[in-house]
Amino acid sequence: MTADYAGLFHALRPEIHLVAGALLVLGFDLAWARHRPANRHHVALLLGTIALLMAGYEAATLGATGRVFGGAFFYDQLANLTRTGVIGLAVLALALLPHSAKLRHPAEFTAILLFATTGFSLMAAANNLLVAFVALELASLSLYALAGFDKTSPASAEAALKYFLFGGMSAAFLLFGFSLLYGLTGSINLNYIAAHLAQAQSPLLIVALVMILAAFGFKAAAAPFHLWAPDVYQGAPAPAAALIASASKLAGLVLFTRLLWPGLGAAAGTVAHTPITVGWAPVVALIAGASLLLGNIGALAQSNVRRLLAYSAIAHAGALLLGVLAAGRVGPGSLFYYAATYGLATVGAFGVIAALESSGRVQSLTDLAGLSKRSPFLAGCLAIFILSLAGIPPLAGFFGKFAVFASVLKVGGLAGPAGWLVILAIALSAVALYYYLLILKQALVAGVAADAAPVRVPLPARLSLLIAAALIVLFGVWPSLLLGLF
Amino acid sequence: MNALPCTIYVSFLGAALALAAGTRSAAAARIVALLTALTAWGITLAAARSFVPTAGLQELVNAAWIPELGIRYHLAADGISLTLLVLTGLAATAGVLFSWNIEHRTGEFFALYLALIGGVYGVFLSADAFVLFVFYEIAIVPKYFLIANWGSTNREYGAMKLVLYSFAGSALVLAGLLWAYGAGHATGFGFPELIAATGRLGLPSQVGVVALVFTGFATLAGMFPLHTWAPTGHVAAPTAASMLLAGVVMKLGAYGCLRVALPLSPEAFALLQPYIAWLAIAGILYAGCVALVQEDFKFVIGYSSVSHMGFVLLGLAAANPAAVSGAVFQMFSHGVVAGLLFAVVGRMVYERTHTRRLADLRAMPLHKLMPFAAVVFVLAGLASMGIPGFSGFPAELTILIGSWQANPVWALAAATGVLIAAAFTLRAIQVSFFGKVERGVPHALERVESNAHHHDFPPITWPEKLGALLLLGATIYLGLSPDTLFNWIRPALQSPVFQSILTGGAS
Repeated sequence: MTADYAGLFHALRPEIHLVAGALLVLGFDLAWARHRPANRHHVALLLGTIALLMAGYEAATLGATGRVFGGAFFYDQLANLTRTGVIGLAVLALALLPHSAKLRHPAEFTAILLFATTGFSLMAAANNLLVAFVALELASLSLYALAGFDKTSPASAEAALKYFLFGGMSAAFLLFGFSLLYGLTGSINLNYIAAHLAQAQSPLLIVALVMILAAFGFKAAAAPFHLWAPDVYQGAPAPAAALIASASKLAGLVLFTRLLWPGLGAAAGTVAHTPITVGWAPVVALIAGASLLLGNIGALAQSNVRRLLAYSAIAHAGALLLGVLAAGRVGPGSLFYYAATYGLATVGAFGVIAALESSGRVQSLTDLAGLSKRSPFLAGCLAIFILSLAGIPPLAGFFGKFAVFASVLKVGGLAGPAGWLVILAIALSAVALYYYLLILKQALVAGVAADAAPVRVPLPARLSLLIAAALIVLFGVWPSLLLGLF
Repeated sequence: MNALPCTIYVSFLGAALALAAGTRSAAAARIVALLTALTAWGITLAAARSFVPTAGLQELVNAAWIPELGIRYHLAADGISLTLLVLTGLAATAGVLFSWNIEHRTGEFFALYLALIGGVYGVFLSADAFVLFVFYEIAIVPKYFLIANWGSTNREYGAMKLVLYSFAGSALVLAGLLWAYGAGHATGFGFPELIAATGRLGLPSQVGVVALVFTGFATLAGMFPLHTWAPTGHVAAPTAASMLLAGVVMKLGAYGCLRVALPLSPEAFALLQPYIAWLAIAGILYAGCVALVQEDFKFVIGYSSVSHMGFVLLGLAAANPAAVSGAVFQMFSHGVVAGLLFAVVGRMVYERTHTRRLADLRAMPLHKLMPFAAVVFVLAGLASMGIPGFSGFPAELTILIGSWQANPVWALAAATGVLIAAAFTLRAIQVSFFGKVERGVPHALERVESNAHHHDFPPITWPEKLGALLLLGATIYLGLSPDTLFNWIRPALQSPVFQSILTGGAS
């Protein structure tokens, strides 16, 4: 491995900004802000946002394509867009940081959020197994801490513990899969692995693949590895849940696609290879189908808003995995578009919940009742987010689904390897509309007690919601803004 | 013609303005809504004046939208589109007039209403199946909130049922279109591209595609046995929304069948034709019989809509020039007539008597208490029965002639439906407006007495009169001069796209 530190520093400018920002937030808090409790929250929020925006600017303007540090890091259009995307989603999630006594350490929260974002950002650029694993674990460990950050809430502690236990297990699976892969091919670099697999394959490869698939199934909350998701979504503080549901998913899916297609594309059983043999494509298809079914049907039974969103996230994981299947053939454009706009809608939905939580309890769906009276702004934003999740045009969610389905069908039509999944997904979208409408029915139709207080939304959260909603409409009306980048 | 796309933009702009105006005063929102509806209708009428009928769609807008998927923002119109655009403008304007009394969240009501209208205009103008689909879905969602927020009987159930049926139908359409697009290696979603792509599939796949797309659209058109959303939804909806639902939104389904499903594959359609025809006839007869025994006035009208839409579907299934032009004419005619009937029942009668039970209405001499409503309802009933002189007559007659050419048994069976329609319409007129106070029915009397001031019902307001006269004028004008519409529709059917089907079905 040739160490080209200049190249490394150039390519990792976004991550360097993020880490420096995190340290600065912590240092500033230690030296100055903790003696001024009234301002602590604002300072952390401001510094964190500035660091994220600078990192986002670096990621968006990085431009070129290349490999640095002996091929450990790889950056191209997809990597840079993903980094910009996760950083953008992190900005929106950070703005939801609750200004309440519940979160007594805003600086630590901000710093850990920045570390998590560093992890996501590195995941998008990883080109070897070790970097991938380290980046994934940096992100995961930070998210475990964020999930349990509300120390006054047993639900938050439960969320963190569940997330940690499931995450730890998935890390073990991933490491096992990676080490088998290394043992089989003698390299941790994805390009070498791909070259080696094209020449010689071993039955043990299947074991490695299944391990890796299971690990990413956990990370993406895809069935049957989804069991942690409802509890974590329910218990974690809203900004943490928003980050887990959006940026983490985007980064995870891009890394997954990168591992599967350029790395393992030559393995037996890929769509490119032969459709009906043991291998990863049929397994991914099965996981996607199970997620679609379990997520949508599970969501029907939920009365808690966050659990409902968690089940809908499981269903969306299924549709996103369809995008992973198609990405190798028609490019990652539709997958990226779907994951990014889904992230926006989810951050927004959790943002509305966070804003409501600051003025009262939000547990069951009926707690949303009369939102259109209490805050027309929140109700309008929620309508945009939920209708986008439901896939109603002209919002971005519809075009995401459409692009993914169309690219899957481009691979082989309805009779192709994943055609049945498209049928399943379209059929279940009518089911999904039902439970999404249940949310909107409470928010926009149901009446409200006369004494219900109007909801006050803090300015950062208001901005975050407004930006998310505007982007969803913009990317919906003009999908080529994102799709055209690939 | 070239101003036609503005109908879409004007409607959406008006929706935003109505929402903003509604925060200040309800009256401002009403006026914005009325001006918007009138402007859009004016645009369609101006286009109609300068319209030169030709075979095939006349280009309006054609710009790249999502080049990655080969999707173009492509709008075009022919005589069929124009017919339905004028209908939309008329029904929308009348609907605003009939919603004049809405006081509760007026701005939001008209915003949703105008957004729905914008979607409808978009569907009728689309020349790209994807664009059509997008507008189609835009028209679905406002319906839920219109019904759930401002509706009456069982409104949340009715709204959910209606939206889920519509959405499930559109899911079938999407599946069919994606099948043709993916498996047929289409370069885009323009109608010619999709037709070519479907042609590249085997016949069984073609049948599958056409069946999916047709069933999906026909769900919204109220095809038996997928019609059950329609009566429930119509009854639950506020007056203007039921006028639009029955009058215009159901036409979206029929229009989708005609514009998208039929041309995709003439061979496949020829195989499906008898099944569609018999389902349409079953709908005509079944819904007619159900309407005959309804006890709720609005349900009578709801089921009569399903029955009348059965004629449209039969016309499409018969697939010859007479039948299809009759079907398009019937779309217009039913749009106007159903609007009138719902306006009388929902707005004039229900708002004043607070009951829709025929048994209760029977106990009120409504023809004396509200003569204007009675006259309008009788005339609308005559139009609905297909009496000469009203628009329903040329529509149903041409459909029956066309179906006879295709298969005399279909025409005979459907003609029975005309008799049933006469029966349930006459029963509704008789029972609701010309009933007598029956001393022997204590339940009805109780109702009447509890409504002690029923002798001084508020008079019919000028917006109601104006709206009713607009719609009545349209149905009588077209009854006397049906060629106005037929002269637009017939040339449109001469286009090669339709010819490939229409000649096939005439044998």
